[in-house]
Amino acid sequence: MDVLTYLIPISLVLGGIGLAAFFWALKTRQFEDPDGDAQRILRTDYDEEPKED
Amino acid sequence: MSDTARPSVAACPACVATPPRPESAPEKPGRLMLSLPGIHCAGCIATVEKGLNALPGVHEARVNLTLKRAAVDADADITAEDLVAELDRLGYEAHELDPGTIAATETDSAGRDLLMRLAVAGFAMMNVMLLSVAVWSGAEDATRDLMHWISAMIALPAVAFSARPFFVNALSALSARRLNMDVPISLAIILAAGMSLYETAMSGRHAYFDAALSLTFFLLGGRYLDHRTRATARSAAQELAALEVPRAVKLEDGREVVTPIAELAIGDRVVVKPGARVPVDGVVEVGTSEIDRALLTGESLPVFAGPDSDVAAGEQNLTGPLTVRVTARGEDTRLHKIADLVALAETARNRYTSLADRAAAAYAPGVHLLALFAFAGWMIASGDMRLSINIAIATLIITCPCALGLAVPAVTTAASGRLFRKGVLLKSATALERLAEIDTVVFDKTGTLTLGTPEMQGLRDHARTDLALAAALAAGSSHPLAQALAGAAAADGVTPADVSEIREVPGYGVQAQWGGQRVRLGRASWVGAEAAAEGPATWLQVGDAPPVRFDFTDELRPGAAEAIGALRGAGCRVMLISGDSDRAVAATADRLGIALHEAGALPEDKAGRIEALHREGHKVLMVGDGLNDTGALAAAHVSISPASALDAARVASDIVLLNGDLTVLGDCLVTARSATKRIRENFGIATAYNAIAIPIALAGFATPLAAALAMSISSITVSLNALRLR
Repeated sequence: MDVLTYLIPISLVLGGIGLAAFFWALKTRQFEDPDGDAQRILRTDYDEEPKED
Repeated sequence: MSDTARPSVAACPACVATPPRPESAPEKPGRLMLSLPGIHCAGCIATVEKGLNALPGVHEARVNLTLKRAAVDADADITAEDLVAELDRLGYEAHELDPGTIAATETDSAGRDLLMRLAVAGFAMMNVMLLSVAVWSGAEDATRDLMHWISAMIALPAVAFSARPFFVNALSALSARRLNMDVPISLAIILAAGMSLYETAMSGRHAYFDAALSLTFFLLGGRYLDHRTRATARSAAQELAALEVPRAVKLEDGREVVTPIAELAIGDRVVVKPGARVPVDGVVEVGTSEIDRALLTGESLPVFAGPDSDVAAGEQNLTGPLTVRVTARGEDTRLHKIADLVALAETARNRYTSLADRAAAAYAPGVHLLALFAFAGWMIASGDMRLSINIAIATLIITCPCALGLAVPAVTTAASGRLFRKGVLLKSATALERLAEIDTVVFDKTGTLTLGTPEMQGLRDHARTDLALAAALAAGSSHPLAQALAGAAAADGVTPADVSEIREVPGYGVQAQWGGQRVRLGRASWVGAEAAAEGPATWLQVGDAPPVRFDFTDELRPGAAEAIGALRGAGCRVMLISGDSDRAVAATADRLGIALHEAGALPEDKAGRIEALHREGHKVLMVGDGLNDTGALAAAHVSISPASALDAARVASDIVLLNGDLTVLGDCLVTARSATKRIRENFGIATAYNAIAIPIALAGFATPLAAALAMSISSITVSLNALRLR
């Protein structure tokens, strides 16, 4: 059962990372336009290199 | 339940829709918003963004497909008209949006807040579930206690954070001495967490931390869906309001200055160009024209306006420029006063109790009594306080309205999403339920069944020379009848006659010289004809010859016939009540095959007629667009208006059709009926689960595993059932 002392913290940390990633996505407004993002992925504009300003 | 103290659901379908009227915030220079109702795919995004970015002066254009909008950063000298013209060239319909009105919807902080709590609850639930699996599969003694303690460490802060919306709502309900769905929810969550903590401290066998979390998670899910549906409706409703950019052209020392309406003062002079809406109430000082009052009164014929005529906000100026002295603006206009009256009338309809409220009213006291009964029963039978409390709490947890909380929002989300894609905007949360109950449909004529744009009649009955002359004269005017005439003549291959010295006499018609004779096209009185003739018509006079009459009818709105067929097919009685003349109403009714029609109805008559129908036991759907319909729209059981309707009419109605097409009315009814059926089925499913779970809980056999299973399976079944919606 000693293995639990590693595994439980690891599982918590991994979950925490997922949660943090979700918060980040939320804060950077990645859920503002779900339909548009779903369509934009089909476009070829951005594939070769980042768009230049 | 009282009307005033209902913060969440029904407190105000009206405020969901009532567009905020901000003090027209100073616009950020160069930040433009466009509404793009026609975009739907990756290709559209690419075309629009590329097209706009290619324009000189445009820094960045970004399309939001979800909201069907584009935000454009551009130099200050770029106007929305330039962008709209460019998009029009690319084949996309675009409208300017008022950034002041739209700003409120740009950030949906409440939605993000809910999503954040949902994520925390989900994260905590997964971890606690993992730990619980160890306990369920047979962890004993110290290991079990360790698992329980770790679960407690995760669950307690997570519940305290995530379930806050429920606690807040429950508290406000209790302080108003009422019960709502959030009271049993909060109680179950708090008791589950508290009892589990106690059991953990006492090294007990059962801890319900996972149940407390999954309850929070599923219910927050329902809450979020609910919020999103409402937020979409709200932002679309605000978008409609923002389409009317509140600006007027003000005369300052003889110069024309574009000014926000909020900055106008009484006594200012504003210029109303032909084709524009009158922005204020006022008196005409200079100029003659014809005014289309269809939106306010339902009259399909324009009326004459000259010096000293009163004009009201919302009317449309047709032929000549007018200078209007402002007598009332903004909230003081007749338009707004009527809209305010409607807001009062609306509260009557707010008394409608939604299915969810009815279920909650029956449910909340029921489970509490059941838990009390369980506690008392076991106390008497065993005398063991801890055991009895555990069983009572297990009963509360297992009956907690997880599925009930999802039953309505899951279906409404599916239904409103489906309808929104068809261009139907649900403004009120209970609109679907009410729509499903209707048996009578009352239509308005002008602007609803008809487009309010005239269509030429009997073109072939006229002499070709008359037509050629009329077409030539009509081409020189922006009057709707003239444009319809010119369009119809061109479509029939009539070559306009060669006339000279063509000029428009605002308010009367067009005049020109042809072969040494004066020719006139315009109002009956102007050309010396009998003015009594009914129906929209214009007259042509060549020299001193007797004038020739050209007749028009109102063009039908696309889909009107299909919609009426579909509504009849669904078993509804269809009626037409209009403020227009007998002849015009009868003509439209004949074309659509509506047997029941009434003409010349004043606004009060319309509302009264609908109330009379209600007294006869009918549930009425009102479809209308004008200010004269607002009373009827508010009085009806449920009401629909097209997007072209006046602001006040859209505010008064529950559903707005974003496309011009009426065909979707049939779909609306079908979706509403099947959605209500699904909601009832969902309640049935939730009840069935409870019917199995309650005896088990009462008998004391409930375990955390059983609770977790019952909760998840019932929630998933309910959601899947909602997805079956056609």
